[in-house]
Amino acid sequence: MPTITEDATTIRVPEPVQPLDGFGPPPRTPDEDGGGEDPRPGWRPAFPVSRGRLVLWLVLTVVVMLFAGFSSAYIILRGAPAWQNVALPASLWANTFVLLASSVTMEWTRRRTVEGDTASAKKWMAATGALGAAFLGGQILAWSELAGAGVYLASTLHSSFLYILTGMHGLHLAGGIAALAYVAAGLFRNRYSAAGHEPVTLCATYWHFMDGLWVYLFLLLTLA
Amino acid sequence: MTTHDEHAHPELGFWRKYIFSTDHKIIGIQYIITAMAMAVVGGVLSMLMRLQLGWPGTLWPRLEEIFPVGFAGGAMAPEFYLSLVTMHGTIMVFFLFTAVLTGGFGNYLIPLQIGARDMAFPLLNALSYWTFLLSCITILGALFAAGGAPLGGWTAYAPLSALPEMGPGQGDGMTLWILAIALFTASGLMGGLNYVTTLLTMRTKGMSMMRLPLTQWALFITAILGTLAFPVLLAAGILLTFDRIGGTSFFVPAGLFTAAGAAVEHSGGHPLLWQHLFWFFGHPEVYIVLLPAMGIASDILSTFARKPIFSYKMMVYSMSAIAFLSFIVWGHHMFLSGMNPFLGSLFTLTTLLIAIPSAVKTFNWLGTILGARIQFTVPMLFALGFVSTFISGGLSGIFLGTSASDIAMHDTYFVVGHFHLVMAVAPLFAAFAGVYFWFPKMFGRMMNMTAGKVHFWISFVGVNCVFFSMHAAGVIGHLRRIYDPTQYAFLEPVYGMNQFISISAFVLGAAQILFLVNFFASIWLGPKAGVNPWNATTLEWTVPSPPGHGNFGPELPVVERWAFDYSMPGAKEDFVMQTEAPTRVESS
Amino acid sequence: MASGSGIGKVTIPGAVLGVLLFVFVLVSIWLSVADRFWFPDLASEHGGSVDTVYVVVLIVTGIAFVATQLLLAYIVTRYGARNGEKAAYWHENARAEAILIGGTAVTLTVLVFLGQYVWYQIYFTDPPEGGMVVEATGQQFQWVFRYPGDDGVFGDLDPTLVAGTNYIGLDRNGAGADDILVVGQMHAVADQPVRVVLRSTDVIHNFHLPHMRVKQDTVPGMSIEVWFTPTETGTYEVACAELCGLGHFRMSGMLIVDATQAEFDQWLEDQLVFQ
Repeated sequence: MPTITEDATTIRVPEPVQPLDGFGPPPRTPDEDGGGEDPRPGWRPAFPVSRGRLVLWLVLTVVVMLFAGFSSAYIILRGAPAWQNVALPASLWANTFVLLASSVTMEWTRRRTVEGDTASAKKWMAATGALGAAFLGGQILAWSELAGAGVYLASTLHSSFLYILTGMHGLHLAGGIAALAYVAAGLFRNRYSAAGHEPVTLCATYWHFMDGLWVYLFLLLTLA
Repeated sequence: MTTHDEHAHPELGFWRKYIFSTDHKIIGIQYIITAMAMAVVGGVLSMLMRLQLGWPGTLWPRLEEIFPVGFAGGAMAPEFYLSLVTMHGTIMVFFLFTAVLTGGFGNYLIPLQIGARDMAFPLLNALSYWTFLLSCITILGALFAAGGAPLGGWTAYAPLSALPEMGPGQGDGMTLWILAIALFTASGLMGGLNYVTTLLTMRTKGMSMMRLPLTQWALFITAILGTLAFPVLLAAGILLTFDRIGGTSFFVPAGLFTAAGAAVEHSGGHPLLWQHLFWFFGHPEVYIVLLPAMGIASDILSTFARKPIFSYKMMVYSMSAIAFLSFIVWGHHMFLSGMNPFLGSLFTLTTLLIAIPSAVKTFNWLGTILGARIQFTVPMLFALGFVSTFISGGLSGIFLGTSASDIAMHDTYFVVGHFHLVMAVAPLFAAFAGVYFWFPKMFGRMMNMTAGKVHFWISFVGVNCVFFSMHAAGVIGHLRRIYDPTQYAFLEPVYGMNQFISISAFVLGAAQILFLVNFFASIWLGPKAGVNPWNATTLEWTVPSPPGHGNFGPELPVVERWAFDYSMPGAKEDFVMQTEAPTRVESS
Repeated sequence: MASGSGIGKVTIPGAVLGVLLFVFVLVSIWLSVADRFWFPDLASEHGGSVDTVYVVVLIVTGIAFVATQLLLAYIVTRYGARNGEKAAYWHENARAEAILIGGTAVTLTVLVFLGQYVWYQIYFTDPPEGGMVVEATGQQFQWVFRYPGDDGVFGDLDPTLVAGTNYIGLDRNGAGADDILVVGQMHAVADQPVRVVLRSTDVIHNFHLPHMRVKQDTVPGMSIEVWFTPTETGTYEVACAELCGLGHFRMSGMLIVDATQAEFDQWLEDQLVFQ
C-alpha cells in the first residue's frame, strides 16, 4: 500500500481527521480553522473580529489615508514662501468643545446600551445627535465668519486648507450622523439589548474616530 | 446561515439574474466583459498612435471621415495624438487591468476558491460594479468633450492639468477625466473592503491562510494595497479639482503666464506636490495590476506543470514584501523632476530593494516548472509567456531604477518598452491565461484551443517585436509622448524602426480580434466542459460548470490540504483535490 | 501513475517555445550592442560616466536576462508531459533559494553604489571655476536662453512686462539692462563648463541635450541648476523631454559649441542688435 511521504503540507493536517458528525466543538488549531461558516455545529470562526467591526476599521483606514494625503500636502506647502496664515474663527473652539461633548454622550449611550439600560441610552443618543448637528451648524457658522472677514477659499493656501479640511471632515461627520440616525431608529424600536448591540458600538467607534480626527485637524490648522 | 438550501431561492428573471445581479459570479463576468470593451477602445487608440508614429505627416482622408476634428485636413492633429496617449494609458491601466484582474477575477474567484457562497457584502459588490460602469461611461465621455480628451498623459502632471488654459482638452475633457478617476477610486475601494472582509472572515473550514491558492493571496494583498493607495489619489484629485474650479493654488506657483502673455491668477503652490501624491498612489497601482497577475500565473504554472508550486511560503512573503516596498519607491519616477537629488539616492536604494522579492518570484516560477511534466495548454502557454515578459520587463527596470542611468533613459521609449512589458503585457498574458483557464467554469463550455494557440504564438512574437524594439529606440533617444519624431535629426535611426514597430503592433492587434471572436463564440458554441476539465485541485473545480447560485451544495466543502498537491507520490491520480482527506489518499 | 524523475518528453510546442526564446535572446543581444542602436554621439565630459553606468547595468542585467530566459527555454523544451507519468514532487529548497537571494542582493548593492557614485559626481559637485552661466526658460513651446551680459548678473523678472519679444518679462532697468535674450539657440565654448539655470513660465518642461547626456525638468516656480562641459565642437539639438502640451514635439532648439572663446564672444555681440 502506498503511503504519503512526509512533507510540510501533509504533516500539518492533524490526525486523525475529525469525523464530520463529531460531538462538540472540534479542537481548534490556528492552521485548521477557516474564517467562515462551517457545516458542523459548535465550530467558531477563527478570525477574531466580527465582519462589521472589520469593515468599519477598513473604512477608517481609508479615511486615515485620505486625510494623510491632505496632511502631507499641507505639511509640504506649509514650507512654501507664499504661505500666509489666516486667523482661525473663534467659533471653532466652541465647535471643538461641542464635538468633544458629543463624544462623551456617545460613550454614555454605548455604555448604557451594553448594560441593557436602553431607556437612558435613548436620551444620550438623542443628545449625541443634537450635539453632532450643532457641531455641523457651528462649522458652517465658522465659514460665514471667515467669509465675513474677507477670507475665502482661494485667499491663501492656509485658507484653502481651512475650508477643504473642515468641509471634508464635515462630510464624514454627516455620514456619522446618518449612521447615528439609523442606529437610533433601531434603538427606539428596542432592537438592541445587553446581548446584541453591535451597531451601537460600531457607531460609537466611528464617532470617536471623527472626534479624534477633528482634534488632529484643528491642531494641524492651528499649530502647523 | 449554517445550512443553505439552493432551492429556497426562487428562479430569478433575466434582468435580476444576469444584469442587476448581486451574485459574485455574474458581477465578475460583468467586470470582465466591460473591461474587454474598454480594452477594445484602448487598443484602437494605440493603433492610431502607431499609425502616426510609423508614418508621420501622411494624409489619411478615410480617417478624416471618422474623426473630422482629430484628422482635420487628413493629417492627425498633435492635440489629437496626445489625447490618444492620455486616454490609451488611462483606459488600459485603470479600466482594463485594474478592472479585469481585481474586479473580474477577484469577484469571480474569491468565494469559489475559499469555499464561500458569495462575497461578504453582495449588494456593495453590485454597487461597486455599477459605479465602475459609470466611471467607464464618464471616461469615454471625455473623448467627446469640447476641446477633446485631456492631453497631459495618464499621470496628469500639474500645472498642465490644473490650468484649463494650457491646452485643448484641459478644460471639460480634464474635468471628466478627474470625475471618472474619482468614480473608479470609489468603485475600487468598495471592492477592496469586500475582498479583505470576505477573505478574512468567510474562508471555509480548513481553509487556513497558508492553504489559500496564490491567486487568493495576491488578491488579498492587492485589496490592502488599494485600500491604502486609492484614498491618496482621491485626495490629490480633490485638491486638483479645487485648483481648477475653486481658484486655489495647491499645484500652481505664482508668476505664470500663457503663451499669449496672459497672467495666470494663482500663487503659492508647488507642481512637485502633485507628482509626490500621484506616484505615492501610482507605484502601488503598478503592483495592484501586477500582483493578481503573479498569483494567477503561479497557480496556472503549477497546475500544468503537474508539480507543486516551488516555495509557497516565499511566494507569499515576497508578495507581501513587494506590497510594503511599493509604498516607498515612488520617487524613482521623479529622479529628474527637480526633487532633492539626495532623495534620488534613497529612492534608488529602495527601488533596487524591491527587485529582490521580484527576483525571488522568478526563481520560484522556474523552480516550479523544473522537473515538471508540462502540459502545453493555452493557459499554460500564456502563463509561460507571462514569466518570459516579466523577466524582460523587470530587468529593464533596473536601468531606470538606477538614478544615474535614468538620466539617459528617462522619458524615452525605453521607459515605454519597460512598463509595457512589465505592467501591460505580463498582466495581459496572465489575464488571457486566466480567461482560457476559467472560461469553462464561467460558461460551462471550452474555448477553441486551436484559435487560442494561434492567438498565443502571434501575441508572444508580436509583443517582443514591439516592446523590445521600443527599448532599443529609447537608447537611441526616442522621446516618449512626441507626436512627430522626425522633428529631431538625432532620431533619424528610429524612423524605420517605428514602421517595424507599427506593423508588428497591427499584427498583434489583429490577433486580439481572434481572441474576442473565440471568447464570444465559445459562450454558445464551445464544447461542453466537465466539472474539472484541467484536473486542477482548487475548490471551484469541485462544483458544476457553471456553478449554481450559492456555489456549493447544501454543505460547504471542507479543506484538507493546500492547493498544490500535483504528482503526489502514492496518490492514484497526478492531482489531489483540496477537499481530499489524507486518509482517503493513503488508502486509494 | 508512474512516478516521474529526470527529464520529460520533448514536445512540439515546448521545442517551438524554446527555440523562440533562444532566437529572442540572440536578437536582444544584437539590439543591445549594435552600434546603430546606441546613444547619440557623446559630446560632454560627464556623459561618459552616465554611459559607463548604463554599460555596467547592461552587462549585469544582460547576464541575468540570458541566463533566466535560456533556462526557461531549456525547461520548456525538456520537461514536456509524457503519457501517464507524474512530475517530480518537491517544492522547497531553502539552500538554493538563499544562495539566489544573496547573489541578487550583492549584485544589486554593487549596482547601487556604482550608480550613486556617478549620481553624486553629477549632482553634488560644484562646477569648476571660470565657466559661463546661461539661463534656459521653457515655455509653450520654445526655449528662451538668457546670458547675463557684462555684469555677470541676471536682471529681475516681472510677468507683467511680458510683451513682444520680451518673452520672459525681463526688467530692462538695473541688472537686466545688459542681459541678452536669444530664442531657440544657445552657444557654449568647447572644454569650458556651462552652468544652466532652468526655469519655466507655464508648465513643466524638460531641458534635454541628448549628446551631452543632460536631462532635467524645468519646473514653474523653481529654479534648478545643472552643469556640463562640452568636449566637441558642433551643432547639437536641444529637446523638450517632458510632455508640455500640444506643441511638445516641436519644442526644440540648437546648442552650438564654439571652438574658441573669441567665436563665442563674437556671436554674443551679434545678438546685441536684437535686444
